[in-house]
Amino acid sequence: MKNNEEKGMSLIVKTVTRWLKGFIFLFGAYIVVFGHLSPGGGFPGGVVFAATFILLTLAFGREYALRKIGKILASELDSLGAILFLILASLGIYFTGIFFSNFIEKFHPSGNFKLFSAGIIPLCNISIGMKVGASLFMIFIILSVVRVIFEDGKGKLITTEKKDKK
Amino acid sequence: MVNLPLFIILPFGVAFFIPMVSRKFKWVPDVLGNITTFILLLLSLMTLNQEHVYHIGGWRAPFGIVLVLDGLSCLLLVIINLISFMSSLFSIEYLEKRYTSKLRYYSLFLLMVGGMNGTVLSGDLFNLFVFMEIASIASYALVGFGCEARELEASFKYLVMGNVGSLFVLYAVALLYGKTGTLNMADVARILKDIPYDNLIAFSFVLIISGFMIKSALVPFHAWLPDAHPSAPAPISAMLSGVVIKALGVYVVIRLIFNLFGFNHIISNILVYMGITSMIIGVCLAILQWDLKRLLAYHSISQMGYVFCGIGLGTTLGILGGIFHLFNHSLFKSLLFLDSGSIEYETETRDLNKMGLLYKKMPITSFSTLVASMSISGIPPFNGFWSKFIIILASIKAGRPIVALWAVIGSILTLSSFTKVCRYSIYGKGEKFDKEKWEKLKEVPDFMSIPLIILSILCIFTGLLLIGLENGIFGPVIDVLKGGVLEYINKVLGD
Repeated sequence: MKNNEEKGMSLIVKTVTRWLKGFIFLFGAYIVVFGHLSPGGGFPGGVVFAATFILLTLAFGREYALRKIGKILASELDSLGAILFLILASLGIYFTGIFFSNFIEKFHPSGNFKLFSAGIIPLCNISIGMKVGASLFMIFIILSVVRVIFEDGKGKLITTEKKDKK
Repeated sequence: MVNLPLFIILPFGVAFFIPMVSRKFKWVPDVLGNITTFILLLLSLMTLNQEHVYHIGGWRAPFGIVLVLDGLSCLLLVIINLISFMSSLFSIEYLEKRYTSKLRYYSLFLLMVGGMNGTVLSGDLFNLFVFMEIASIASYALVGFGCEARELEASFKYLVMGNVGSLFVLYAVALLYGKTGTLNMADVARILKDIPYDNLIAFSFVLIISGFMIKSALVPFHAWLPDAHPSAPAPISAMLSGVVIKALGVYVVIRLIFNLFGFNHIISNILVYMGITSMIIGVCLAILQWDLKRLLAYHSISQMGYVFCGIGLGTTLGILGGIFHLFNHSLFKSLLFLDSGSIEYETETRDLNKMGLLYKKMPITSFSTLVASMSISGIPPFNGFWSKFIIILASIKAGRPIVALWAVIGSILTLSSFTKVCRYSIYGKGEKFDKEKWEKLKEVPDFMSIPLIILSILCIFTGLLLIGLENGIFGPVIDVLKGGVLEYINKVLGD
């Protein structure tokens, strides 16, 4: 823990981040889940998800954020989001014979499960949110890890990751 | 009837599935990648001579997104999936030697294939832009796959030029949407047909066509190609030269010109003169090269010139020649790039001066290089001869003998530059020929030589596809282009 205190930004930023991170994440979830009723949706919500982790990275340093969500986990969430979206779209072929058709029953006043009042759209939003959040976070991490160094007049890409582990 | 979204679901699904499983199972990318491209090839062959409009989500044409399958997209689907199967077969062994991450390679490769399939099927302007971007971004990453200085530089150059093109396209799509209030291509064509032609339409036409011409690398826009195509791994070079510049560039340009804006005399002149400039400048630059892959890349520019020349003539015979040359070029140019890949795989150089006498050590590679060289330079029994012959014939028939003259000159220059390739690499030897290295050479592994053999056989026999001329196998393609705007509107919006 002591090690963590030395990295990242000042105590004020760290404290505020510690208070706010949950709320920001929650706000992202709100935007994703209510995307079909209010302004928002999978993409903006996913960006807010990613912003939570980017804020953690900026305030506490890269290792802290990567401990919360590992690189392999992020990459798998990224793929999983895309595959879920494709599966939802393809299930339309199975149920109605048409790609991307909205096969879940839409809301009517006596309906009981109101989250799905727009059929598959909220589910699509959730998968897009997963995909966008994970991949934007990965892009940020990759940009912060990779450096271009010059040896003998030639540029070369390296990762600074191993140095950090020491 | 093939379910059209399969062409998009399958590559994208597998592309995202591969990274999830192949950290544990190393064999997954090879097997899944090849099976997927093979299934796509079979599916695309099943679509031949069919016409279909698919409404995604069940929404009718001007309101929802449509996938349109007609003669032209059929031909492009077959080309894309044939070449991608050959390239992925070639990649199995090729990537083992120099490159590491097959997982990322196949994932990006399938994204590129899916993006191109989507581009040729889409009947919606914005959707077309999105699919084009997917394919382009995957190809930027694949060009820089080796992660060395030269490759990264080429990839960056390609990225900048490609993005300028994409921005032009996006801007033009926005303008057209503002003007017509719709994004469906047939609906845009229907509205543009009725309103008076004004500067805004002309401006968006220029923007969108120059955007896609950057992708198809015609001469004023060609600067990225000679860097990007040689820097990629050989199967990707084959894809880029054989397919990407056609699916993202030529296909979209001719689709928009013939089926959306309408073809006329001025556009015909623009296409023909741009075609002539690129075929002459491309081939002149190619002769000077000593780097084998760079030489081939310049030839792509030159051969695209032939395609535009043929199609730009606007006559039935001209369109037939252009389309047939597009098909042939994808075969022999991807074969040449795969050959250059196998030569590089064994000799570890791309410099023509350092090669020599390959016919004794690598018979299959040498034979297929010879076949492809003769095809591209237009020696009679091979497919390249027939398409160039038709283009030349068409330009004389259309009363433009100058075009024919330039086409012949271009063809002779092509022949001379491929004589140089065969002289230095296969039958003769270069100045820096290294005998000790040459002794150790051997033929490439089986998985690399199978695509070479298949493509060589195709190069020899696809001249036969010309039987029946405009009533033959390319008939539906010519119908699509000759039918023009009205027929496209009827097909997509009608019934």
